[in-house]
Amino acid sequence: MGILTALLLVMGLVLVAWIGVQGFGLSYLFGVLIPYTAMIIFFLGVLARLLKWARIPNPFVIPTTGGQQKSLSWIKPSGLDNPFTRGQALGRLFSEIFLFRSLFRNLSPRVALACKNGEQPTLTFASAKWLWLFAILFHYAMFVTVFRHLRFFTNPVPWPVKTAEALDGWLEVGIPEILVSGLVLLLAVTLLLSRRLLMPRLRYISLLNDYFPLFLLMGIAGTGALMRYIVGINAVGAKQLAMGLISFKPVIPEGIGPLFFIHLFLVCTLLAYFPFSKLMHAGGIFFSPTRTMPNNSRAVLHENPWNYPVKFHTYQAYETEFHDKMVEAGIPLDEATPPLNGKD
Amino acid sequence: MSDNLPRAEELAPIHLDMPASGWMDTPATLEKGMYCHGVQGKNIKALGMPNPRDWLVEDDDWQLPDDWHHIVMEGLRERLHRFRSLQIFMDICVRCGACADKCHFFIGSGDPKNMPVLRAELLRSVYRHDFTMAGRIMGRMVGARKLTKAVIREWWVYFFQCSECRRCSLFCPYGIDTAEITILGRELLNLLGLNIDWIGAAVAKCHQVGNHIGMEPQTFKESIEFLCDDIEENTGVKIEPSINRKGAEILFVTSSGDFYAEPGIFTCMGYLMLFHQLGLDYTWSTYAAEGGNFGFFTSHEVAKLLNAKMYAEAERLGVKFILGGECGHMWRVIHQYMGTMNGPAGFLETPVSPVTGTRFDHAGSTKAVHICEFTSDLVHQNKIKLDPSRNDHLNVTFHDSCNVARGMGLLDEPRYLIKKACNHFYEMPEETIRERTFCCGSGAGLHAGEDMELRMRGGFPRANAVRTVRDRYDVNTLACICAIDRVAFPALMDYWAPEVGVVGIHELLGNALVMDGETERTLDLRGEELPGKSSPADATEETEGA
Repeated sequence: MGILTALLLVMGLVLVAWIGVQGFGLSYLFGVLIPYTAMIIFFLGVLARLLKWARIPNPFVIPTTGGQQKSLSWIKPSGLDNPFTRGQALGRLFSEIFLFRSLFRNLSPRVALACKNGEQPTLTFASAKWLWLFAILFHYAMFVTVFRHLRFFTNPVPWPVKTAEALDGWLEVGIPEILVSGLVLLLAVTLLLSRRLLMPRLRYISLLNDYFPLFLLMGIAGTGALMRYIVGINAVGAKQLAMGLISFKPVIPEGIGPLFFIHLFLVCTLLAYFPFSKLMHAGGIFFSPTRTMPNNSRAVLHENPWNYPVKFHTYQAYETEFHDKMVEAGIPLDEATPPLNGKD
Repeated sequence: MSDNLPRAEELAPIHLDMPASGWMDTPATLEKGMYCHGVQGKNIKALGMPNPRDWLVEDDDWQLPDDWHHIVMEGLRERLHRFRSLQIFMDICVRCGACADKCHFFIGSGDPKNMPVLRAELLRSVYRHDFTMAGRIMGRMVGARKLTKAVIREWWVYFFQCSECRRCSLFCPYGIDTAEITILGRELLNLLGLNIDWIGAAVAKCHQVGNHIGMEPQTFKESIEFLCDDIEENTGVKIEPSINRKGAEILFVTSSGDFYAEPGIFTCMGYLMLFHQLGLDYTWSTYAAEGGNFGFFTSHEVAKLLNAKMYAEAERLGVKFILGGECGHMWRVIHQYMGTMNGPAGFLETPVSPVTGTRFDHAGSTKAVHICEFTSDLVHQNKIKLDPSRNDHLNVTFHDSCNVARGMGLLDEPRYLIKKACNHFYEMPEETIRERTFCCGSGAGLHAGEDMELRMRGGFPRANAVRTVRDRYDVNTLACICAIDRVAFPALMDYWAPEVGVVGIHELLGNALVMDGETERTLDLRGEELPGKSSPADATEETEGA
């Protein structure tokens, strides 16, 4: 259900851009107004979301510990999986962000059912790194692709961008030269989608919200590849448009072609969708207390800003209740002290 | 065990296939053996919690307050503002599925709503509906749904089929922690008076009497003295425990499982023997006798309320620091919550071992030391003499308790102690130990009698790993450092891995501990004959041979 809707939605977006530009000549709308709007939504939306998260306190220190704690001097602690200092916690966070460390741990349990009646099934575990691989491929390909797109927004193109593009063309085949990142991006998105479709458990939990960004990315990478390798567009014009946008002197050069506008419109949709979607995991990981906090809660006092006093059952009330029984059992009493009130 | 518990062979065919109908269209069903009794009115009232009344889970009408919808929605809104964890975990899940098969309840039951991702979606769907624009507009299409009484029922079923073990959180790329979801989900349910009685009753007793089982001070003293008598019979050493003694250096707190029932009491005997041998200046408290904290399975507020006694008592008795026994969630609370909830404990001092002089700086703020840290230090510095051959009849494996593994990281200390106290130690498969350990299936207050099938299903992955080492290395002993483990495992082992006994580490240590003035040991702490220990000559040979 969700998947069909997502596919139709993205196809609809393609049609809207195509008809808008081809049929109604709305290239200013699709080339200038929508991109600006999308960028504003993206930046303000992401900022608002991050600020919202940042304002909510972490009342307790709740890292998920994945290794030996720091305790006795002769026991080796695991600084990365059980960070004690802020620096170590940062190291852990970075290993998540750049290496997807937790995903790399993935194990898949296999229940081998008993053959004979009366025997128990056995549970074994296989390492399952496919998701890690697909995710790494996708994110790095995405990063390189976005990075080398900076050449459309800079003049002269800075050397890191040029270098990235040169490296990206390491295959040195095709005219124009094949850029690996774009194709890997398309492949990885396809793999992630296939996973969602082919694994029953994943299909069971997947929502429109999961399929839509995948189709959208496919559309973006697909139209990008079409433009570069098959249809061909006026790349100089595209750069003029991009430079116009970035320098707030928007222009719509002639002869860019509808495919470019479709590509741009899908990118705009992604940008505008980003802050309100699960794609915000990109920012959320920096705020996830189980991964960002050091495990030093016994060494360093952590304050909960909304901590409030509670009325607990005091010793005095307890002693009053059990006074006689305690006397009889020879348990020392404490009548002399003034009553403690429930302290915070 | 409950009468209607299926045999292991009947539970064994586990299918992890997905049903045909979507999860939102599959209402939660109550299956006997898979849920606990609802909390009784008197136990709700004991702490002045909302909606006290007697109700039955099987009833169609759970007697919710009229404005139940408003109460839950406001409760959720408040918690979204108070817990960054909740807001983040509601917002950033991508449903990648990495957590799906990490949950012992899912592996053991095959119920899709026991996949951590779906357990969270039960709450997230309601969050989307009322707190996100897309959810408000597009509803079901984007996984949003209205909060109905059926949803409350579903929450109740599945938030009490989670043991807050955090295994899923370890594998989640963003660290989304189902324990947080369950803890806060249960908080919301408690706003409507929807706890389970196994938790509610323990909380009420702990609040009023000082421990989960409602043991009064004189009975507590008798229990400890009874254990001391057993020790004397066994070793010839007479121990005089001190209770509620002001001016002691250390307040010792452990979970009621240790002074109440087998096999926990044998661990408790181990503590008593160790402290006596060291001549430790310590005291028990009848008022803050309970280290375990079922409040943590109810709400943060109740957790704080019960935990507050520990510091209050430490201050009243004028001790220098707190030493805590072998317990899982007790240590999650002490380690990650106590300082924040009830500290700072300015009246205590940074713990220093009176025997070795070691400063426990890693506990310098909370001022509470885990007994395994304390004892490891003693053993490392040769302050106690151990004769591991006395445990030669035991082939031991070790279960990492979820809370100390993934909420603290106490992994090597217990192993160090086992290796010093025993000659035969074998690890379970590496995917099931240390930070990847599987829950006993009965954590977070679920070790009642009426939900035995749930417990056996949830405990299956752990038991299967024990069975593996039982068959491979003749393991006959499962060691653990958690009182709930010690209560829950005997039934679980009987069911899936018969002939494996359950011990605490300080029981093993008590067996091995060479005490001043002791008579030749021929019995272990359980009063069972030590093989080859019938005469002193045999014992010497064994030791030399080991």
